[in-house]
Parts: sequence; structure tokens; C-alpha cells
Amino acid sequence: MRITVTVDGTGYTDDVEPRTLLVHHLREKLGKTGTVVGCDTSNCGACTVHLNGQSVKSCSVLAVQADGGEVNTVEGLARDGQLHPVQQAFRDNHALQCGFCTPGMIMQSIDLLADNPNPDEEAVREGLEGNLCRCTGYQNIVRAVRDAAGHMRPGAGPAAEQVADGERTTTGARGDV
Amino acid sequence: MIPAPFDYVAPSTVDEAVRALADAGEDAKVLAGGQSLLPVLRMRLAAPTTVVDLGKIGELTGVRDEGDAVVIGAMTTHYDVQRDPLVHDHALLLARATDTVADPQVRHRGTFGGSLAHADPAGDLLAPALALDAEMVIQGTGGRRTVSAAEFFQDFFTTSLAPEDILVEVRVPKHTGWAAHYEKFNRVAQAWSMVAVAATVRAEGGSIAEARIGLTNMASIPVRATAVEQALVGRPADAETIRAAAEHAADGTSPTVDGNADVEYRQHLAKVLTGRAVEAAMVG
Repeated sequence: MRITVTVDGTGYTDDVEPRTLLVHHLREKLGKTGTVVGCDTSNCGACTVHLNGQSVKSCSVLAVQADGGEVNTVEGLARDGQLHPVQQAFRDNHALQCGFCTPGMIMQSIDLLADNPNPDEEAVREGLEGNLCRCTGYQNIVRAVRDAAGHMRPGAGPAAEQVADGERTTTGARGDV
Repeated sequence: MIPAPFDYVAPSTVDEAVRALADAGEDAKVLAGGQSLLPVLRMRLAAPTTVVDLGKIGELTGVRDEGDAVVIGAMTTHYDVQRDPLVHDHALLLARATDTVADPQVRHRGTFGGSLAHADPAGDLLAPALALDAEMVIQGTGGRRTVSAAEFFQDFFTTSLAPEDILVEVRVPKHTGWAAHYEKFNRVAQAWSMVAVAATVRAEGGSIAEARIGLTNMASIPVRATAVEQALVGRPADAETIRAAAEHAADGTSPTVDGNADVEYRQHLAKVLTGRAVEAAMVG
């Protein structure tokens, strides 16, 4: 089945099998390996991306369900060599140990800050309920999200990322990935 | 973990969806938000020949006011139910229970109707639907019909939906101004409810005028704690009333046994959580 999905601002048209999960489409077809698969059960949240402005677990969405939609991954966050404020805050606060959960943690943190620009500690923990850190580095992750909140414009979040440019096929975009 | 191959259909109307299901036969599956179905497909616990995706049917989403009822489209996401002003004003219990479903990512995709049709006994929206006397509007090959929540839930993961039926919308009778709380007990974040209690009450002049209590995961289907409801109504809204009423929460129940809890433990939880749920509802 032919689908067109805008990923990190670039349009990609591809033939996919209906059973293809969005995360596999991103990683294997589009080369967006910044989004990782951390579990088999939908619990871990490592594969979290934004689909049409909302965080989703990309292991629990079919690529065909994203047809015509806009996906933003951790790879599309930095602008002109500048880290996104949430990425910067994770770095500044040492909010990662092995780093495997980090892409999902960052994407979910951005979503949570869009809903609640100034969350208290409990709200951060609730908002990250769907993301597991097996290094148990939660203290610094919570600290980083609250630090990022202070550096972000109110309301900055998934909606701010929706940048679409020209449509390209996967083949045409290979040079970028 | 990749699903087995299937044919994919994404109809744009309910009529087309019913026809697609009828054509595909018994091995078809309906895809709503996919937050239960996709994990099941990935683990190959199911391998449908056809998946009928309801995601492109606009008429299935949204909440509207219909006089004495709030009508919730089956494909309305948990996220949208949580934030809907009509749901807040007239079916607060549903908003409170939806707040506790899974995690934010799942609530962005998962749908109210999908959760009811999946009918997992540990699902958090079944008991509130039962407690609020919700009615399911179903479309099949013979047209539309309405089924009460009490008739809809039949057994573990089993409803009165026939293979070619689509749950279109849910009519929730207005419980305007009723206090509500959903008290859920699970071991870790994002785990399913071991037991949970859905409580909504209407107080009047310091006493309890009406009460509805639903229990999650105390049977293969959601159940009403009618003995608790009777013990609350007409009595002062105080701690003693709540304590005495909660003692009846497990009356007549025969909960299932699993790795999390045996019968006695579930019955104990039902009583404790009923007390907490009613108290929290009254406090607001």
C-alpha cells in the first residue's frame, strides 16, 4: 500500500505492507534510527514520536495509519545546530545513563510540557508514566524536564515542530538520512 | 515482533465498514485506536485475515449534547474524553476513570468505544459505563440498535457485538453535578487494575440522595455493587455511612483468580477501595 508521511519536515512516499509498524517504517525504510524499540509489550515508551502533534508509541501504530500525517522524531528537534531546550536540559542535568530510553523520554517530555508548561514534580512523573528507564535514572530526568520548562516559551511543544516542506520520495531523500 | 500479514481496509463511512466486515467473514478484526489490538497482533496472539480500520470515519468521533444524554462517538480518544466539557459536567465519573487509563501516549490513540468493545475485565471504562447506565448504539447488517451496558458485556473479552457489528456511539444519561471518583489498585505504573471502584453520588442537604457504584475486575464482566448503593442512599453523607456501606462491596461477587490476587484478596480490595472511592467523591 502506498503511503505519504511527513517525517521531521520532509515528505516521504513509500509502498509498505499493511502490517508494518510505524517504528519499523521510520527505522528501516527512512533510516530514522534515532527512534528505538525497547520492548515487545508497548510498555517502555522508547519508541515515542509525535504523530499529528501528539505523542504516540510508534510500535503501537501501523505505518498505514500515519498515511497523510506528520511525524516528528527526536532527530528533527535540533535547529541550526542548536539542541532543543529539552535535549539541552537532559544534557545539562545528566538525565541519562545508558541513553536507550532517552529519545522516548525527550519526545514525551515535550508533549507533557505542551499540555502543562510548568509541571510540578508529581505532574512530570505522571506525564512520563508511559516511559521506562531501566537504569532507574528518574530523579535527573524529572529535574531535566522541570529545568527545560523554565527555558521554553509557554506552550512550545509538538505544535511548534510542525514544519512541512516539499514532498520527496524515500529514494530522493536518502542523501539526507 | 511483527504482525502476521493481513489485508487492510480503511472505509470512510460506517455503512462501508459494516459491509467490509460482513465480506471479510469471522476472521476480520476492527481496528479502533489499536492500543490493545496492535500489541496482540505483534505478539501473534491473533492473526486476522482482514483488519478494518475505523480511523478515517469522521462521524465516529466527537461528543454531543442530546438533551438527557451525552453522546460519545466510539472513536473519540481517551485524551479528548478527559478534556471534554460535556463529559465533565454530566458524566464526571467517566472523566475521572479515563484519567487513569494506561499512560499519556496510549490515551492519545486509544478510544472510548474500542476499550468497551474490547471488554477486558480489567479495563477501566466498563464499570463507569455500567454505573452510569450507558447505552451502546450498534450498527450491523440489519441496521442500528441500542443495547444497555448491562446486556452489552457478556464475558471475558466478549460483548453482544456480532462479527459484522460496529459500535457507533455511546449514550450516557446525564448525571449533572454528581460527585465522582475512580479508585484503582495496581502494583506499578501503567499496570492493569487488580480491582477498581467507580463511584458517583448525588448529595442533597447533607445526605446521599442517589449513588451508583461499579466494580472493575471483580468478575469476567463489570458489576454493580447494588448493596452498597442501597446502604448509601437516604443516609447522612458522613464517614460512618461510607464505612458501613463499603462493607457490602463484595456481596454476591465471585471474582476470578489470577497471578495478582485470589478471591479473598479481591473481595477485601473491593471493600477498601469502595470506601476510598465514595469518600474521595464526596470530598471532591
